[in-house]
Amino acid sequence: MRTSEMLLKVENLRVEVPTRHGTLVAVDNVSFDIAPGEVLGVVGESGAGKSLTGAAIIGLLEPPLRIAGGSITLAGRRIDNLPYEAMRRIRGKEIGAIFQDPLTSLNPLYTVGYQLVETIRTHLDLAPAKARIRALSLLREVGIAGADERIDHYPHQFSGGMRQRIVIALALAADPRLIIADEPTTALDVSIQAQIIALLKRLGRDHGTAIMLVTHDMGVIAETAHRVAVMYAGRIVEIGPVRRIVDRPSHPYTKGLMASIPRAAGRRGRLQQIDGTMPRLNAIPPGCPFNPRCTEVIDRCHRERPDLMPAKETQAACWRYEAVADLANA
Amino acid sequence: MAEITAPGPVSSVTLPSRWWGRFADSDLWWSFRRSPVTIVAAGVAFVIIGAALLASLIAPHDPYDLASVSLLDATDPPAWLEGGNWSYLLGTDNQGRDVLSTIFYGTRLSLLVGCSAVFLALLLGVTLGLVAGWRGGIADTLIMRIADVQLSFPAILIALLIDGVAHSVLPREVQSRITLYVLIMAIAMSYWVHFARTVRGSTMVERSKEYIQAARVIGVHPIRIVIGHLLPNVIGPVLVIATINLATAILTEATLSFLGVGLPPTEPSLGTLIRIGNDFLLSGDWWISVFPGIVLALLILSVNLLGDWLRDAFNPKLR
Amino acid sequence: MIAFVIQRLWQSVLVMLAVALIAFALFNYVGDPINNMVGQDTTQAERERLRHELGLDAPFVVQFCRFVGHAVQGNFGLSYQQARPVGQIILEKMPATLELSFMAAFIALLLGVPMGIYTGLHRSSWGSQAMLAISLIGVSLPTFLIGILLILIFAVVLGWLPSFGRGAIVHIGWWTTGFLTAEGWRAIILPAITLALFQMTLIMRLVRAEMIEVLRTDYIKFARARGLTNRAVNFGHALKNTLVPVITITGLQLGSIIAFAVITETVFQWPGMGLMFIQAVTFADIPVMAAYLVLVGFFFVVINLVVDLLYYAVDPRLRVEREAAAGG
Repeated sequence: MRTSEMLLKVENLRVEVPTRHGTLVAVDNVSFDIAPGEVLGVVGESGAGKSLTGAAIIGLLEPPLRIAGGSITLAGRRIDNLPYEAMRRIRGKEIGAIFQDPLTSLNPLYTVGYQLVETIRTHLDLAPAKARIRALSLLREVGIAGADERIDHYPHQFSGGMRQRIVIALALAADPRLIIADEPTTALDVSIQAQIIALLKRLGRDHGTAIMLVTHDMGVIAETAHRVAVMYAGRIVEIGPVRRIVDRPSHPYTKGLMASIPRAAGRRGRLQQIDGTMPRLNAIPPGCPFNPRCTEVIDRCHRERPDLMPAKETQAACWRYEAVADLANA
Repeated sequence: MAEITAPGPVSSVTLPSRWWGRFADSDLWWSFRRSPVTIVAAGVAFVIIGAALLASLIAPHDPYDLASVSLLDATDPPAWLEGGNWSYLLGTDNQGRDVLSTIFYGTRLSLLVGCSAVFLALLLGVTLGLVAGWRGGIADTLIMRIADVQLSFPAILIALLIDGVAHSVLPREVQSRITLYVLIMAIAMSYWVHFARTVRGSTMVERSKEYIQAARVIGVHPIRIVIGHLLPNVIGPVLVIATINLATAILTEATLSFLGVGLPPTEPSLGTLIRIGNDFLLSGDWWISVFPGIVLALLILSVNLLGDWLRDAFNPKLR
Repeated sequence: MIAFVIQRLWQSVLVMLAVALIAFALFNYVGDPINNMVGQDTTQAERERLRHELGLDAPFVVQFCRFVGHAVQGNFGLSYQQARPVGQIILEKMPATLELSFMAAFIALLLGVPMGIYTGLHRSSWGSQAMLAISLIGVSLPTFLIGILLILIFAVVLGWLPSFGRGAIVHIGWWTTGFLTAEGWRAIILPAITLALFQMTLIMRLVRAEMIEVLRTDYIKFARARGLTNRAVNFGHALKNTLVPVITITGLQLGSIIAFAVITETVFQWPGMGLMFIQAVTFADIPVMAAYLVLVGFFFVVINLVVDLLYYAVDPRLRVEREAAAGG
């Protein structure tokens, strides 16, 4: 795909937070693209920087967090340096967001219908009656039965799964081109998770909406995404089509992640795990951040930090693939 | 060709080995140093409390020594005004007592009542809170019901009612001897509830944690668990409440004394002094009320600021 | 809903009975009422006769019931100090206290809520820092000190406003009001401000804390993520959620205004129920003290009840029946 057709381009994004111990880098030199209608999964452990990347894209980084470098471009237009009001117009209209906990995402004092109509009328110039009709159709689309009555109910009258559907409806209210879904199913029961994921997939296809799906659940990614970016300690360590990454991961960390997923079928053995834990932001080792835990570590990993390079069928930030890159560029 | 990029910022935190080094490096001290207001408040509180504690050493006169008090010197203005006398720096009251010295002793009394009342309230409240949180069941319901009812009345009113009733009920002779204790008890009774509630809440949270359950499984005696393991973990917010309540307790004592149901004129606290001076305000002898008033205000203000800082420092959400 | 109301009413009655019990114990068993009423040289036989006549030798429960019965009708016996019915004294003093309290509550809300909203929204501005500093002083200065300070400045030095009393008042039925004369207005300003200051700072800090807390929630974050205007987020969503708990706590504050009125009335010699209580304490006038206790208890119980019901009415989570969670 030609670069100019990309919906979202993130280049060398860097998010910092100044603390009294010094400046910590939470997102370090992250670059990726999302094509229109594509689902990009962003997977990693808690604290890897996935949610912050999403927050930076939609412009909701809470101070003292701030974007310290790089650029974010939406449909050819830079959005990381816009004034507040300009960014506000983009939020909801061009980029929507869904957060993790459906039980706290909705204002308990307003009816669902009020919150929907309010969002619709903020971005689309519709009379209240027309907005309400649109709200009703949105509710039906996300699978709320009896929408005509339930539109006037309060959030606490819905179960968790239903509330998440309402949250999705709200995110889609102004028909954005991109939705950032930050752990949308983590707080839900497993059976509901599948339904919500299926809903997201269907809506993405029907509306042509691209989705940036942030999660730590590799299974969800495998089901839903076209491509996936694996994040570790604030940087992307591997990125590529989802089938390649799941079947033939290149980066040692990704390999560890895939191996640690328990399989129902196939050989039973000990549960694989990656020894150690992801380093805290103020204790990132020099060189490749994964080197203390890496099973394939070589001397160079301790000294120099690798960028993404072509590795087998994906891109991985690992020195073991420098040879491959050399071959490719020779 | 892949670029070689410089390593990211690395800061490994090494803890200093001595405790004062750790304290100096801690968040608590850092937030203290960072707030000039708090530093000033601490300084002021230090000065006032220090002066009060050393009252008998540094007061120029002893206002309780009737022999040294002369009615001829009554209601003299402060030294720098006309009619003033440099041995009575801030003037004298209606009985001829030196205002400055009475302020020293009065502050000491105010602090004594305030600290004792808070301490008593802490003992009562923490104990009841631990019992309610640990035992649960009927003990919990009973204690919390009483607490709820008491909380629906303002603390100062409760203190006033207890103290006022005691005053009018006790015969005169007994009154002057035990006024102090009645006062302390009345204030303590109005504040135990805050401690009890917080400790009960924390206890219930900690009770279900693994380290407590482990201790129970091992067979450690419940009282040892509560005092040795549970208490240290719930004590944090208690300290904050204690500091903030100290300011309120001093304020309450001053108010009760001002209303005439606190400490008597023979052993005046700052509130009593202000009450005495109030009668002379309209006739222009303002110093009897104003100077004790300033000291009282500074004392409460500085303790309040310290309490605020302590609360912000302990609050994880604000970090 | 009905069950809730009945339960709260029942609780209120219980609390009132407890208060009445304490007041009754005070009334009957502190000192000897007979000795308080008669002179020195009344013989023992006459005292016994009097005791029997007044029914003071009846069993505890009977006396208590009689006390409650009388109290409900407003009959608290005769004041030791003034030798006239306590009920009458209370009726005289009540309007003064109520007018003062109302004025103070009004000022406290009028200034406190907007200041709280402003300091909650603009946390680091100069205006906020200034307001917070003043509020700290308002919380730290004892009410009586503020009163004295105001008297010193406005009455003694400047001579603009009176330093005590209610000024000229107008009788309307059994009520006396100071709102219909210029003098009455001038007299109420200083005491009302004194009474209001503490409450105002409390309300301001409360609204601010609540506002900051609300602005941190997920639903506000989501509202911003949907691109709602600042106005909609701050005033449509955040404010509404802030005011719900604030309304209820402010209602409770109303009660403490009545408590602090005692202090203010003493400083300004305002002829209300608070001053009445203090004078009763000084003279050991038990019937008046008992009556004040019951009355204040009643006020608080009613206020708490109304606030609870208000909360119920305002928060839809408590009001509407929960649908069964039928799954996603």
